[in-house]
Amino acid sequence: MAVAIAIVRTRDLFAVTMLLSIYGLLSASFFVTLDAVDVAFTEAAVGAGISGLLMLVAISMTGRKEAKPKRKPFIALLVVSLTAGLLFYGISDTPDFALADAPIHNHVAPRYIQDSMAEIGIPNIVTSVLASYRAFDTFGEVVVIFTAGMGVIALLSASSENTQSKKAAENTLDQQHLVIRVVTKILFPFILLFALYVQFHGDFGPGGGFQAGVIFAAAVILYTMLFGLSKATKVFSQSLVQFVAAAGVLLYASVGIATLLLGGRFFDYNALAQTPVAGQHIGILVIELGVGCTVAAVMMIIFFSFHELAEQERQANKDKNRESL
Amino acid sequence: MMGHFNSAVVIILMMVGLYIVIAQGNLIKKLVGLTLFQTSVFIFYISMANVEGGTAPILAQGITLYSNPLPHALILTAIVVGIATTAVGLSLVVRIKAAYGCIEEDEIEASEN
Repeated sequence: MAVAIAIVRTRDLFAVTMLLSIYGLLSASFFVTLDAVDVAFTEAAVGAGISGLLMLVAISMTGRKEAKPKRKPFIALLVVSLTAGLLFYGISDTPDFALADAPIHNHVAPRYIQDSMAEIGIPNIVTSVLASYRAFDTFGEVVVIFTAGMGVIALLSASSENTQSKKAAENTLDQQHLVIRVVTKILFPFILLFALYVQFHGDFGPGGGFQAGVIFAAAVILYTMLFGLSKATKVFSQSLVQFVAAAGVLLYASVGIATLLLGGRFFDYNALAQTPVAGQHIGILVIELGVGCTVAAVMMIIFFSFHELAEQERQANKDKNRESL
Repeated sequence: MMGHFNSAVVIILMMVGLYIVIAQGNLIKKLVGLTLFQTSVFIFYISMANVEGGTAPILAQGITLYSNPLPHALILTAIVVGIATTAVGLSLVVRIKAAYGCIEEDEIEASEN
């Protein structure tokens, strides 16, 4: 909370981003204490890692300093404290914290906890809810992520036509930071391996496609930051990444179509194999793979788009300086 | 009042986020405010899912009390969707910077008139 208030006060956007990452890490540890390990995992990877990075790249393009506000924020304060007052009035009706018989725990949750082992056959209930009971929801989320990736491409790649200047823009970080580069080279395969472990172990422990995708993308982003975009796109070329993003959504949707064709309902994995539990296993494995592919690819697309634009801008500035000299 | 401690924390975080969105002119700062607001909603859901004496919702022998897995599944996906939409917002800010040369609300309005 102190961190949040510091964010309001600070006018240096670089410091704000650092504070936001710290806030992400803090809320991840908070989620662990509240028994939400899967969520903590995601928040640690996204809130403390990727979101800070994206903000930094954006700030590098838009400038670091925030202007002093000209108007006095009295009206805003009034609105905020009014809303806060209403909300505080509202919470007196809500059930107490951590009460076992609160209404939320008496709806569908007992069924998930008691029957998911027999129906789905995997220990991690969050994964069963995410990938089986509520597979249709999750499909919608994946499509939203995919659409967001497409939106970033549409917004940022409109101006990226001069490609030959890219080569010269490299070597900015290449020659420096020897320690970081060596450590990154050592860590890179292990991060990728860990991402795959998280991907395929999500049925038994905390993990799954969303976390794995973010971790995989984080490894590639780390590499890109240190070794430049052109080296990273030798392996993960733009077209390949875009193809993988679309293929992930397609993979997910085709599982639904397959269950329809095999006589079940949409995303009713029981139809996929001889026994229902085996069918559930196959279904969850395949759709988690689809989720992982899409999330990793979209995160890479977003970062690559930002990074490419930032490099171009840096190059343009350099050219301008040279001309003025 | 102690029973609603979690809600109080959530409300304060949420209002801090809302204040940033309303009162501050810098567009990136506004996005940070939105992120704070979003996270307060996440914390609200997760704190609702918690059960006294319960444990993480991964089935194991000898444990009968688990926290509610449904909000966990919802928030897990919401976090990743949140970062994707934030990225769209950031790319809009970058385009605004390219078009207007600044990302302060007042200056943009001034250059419009």
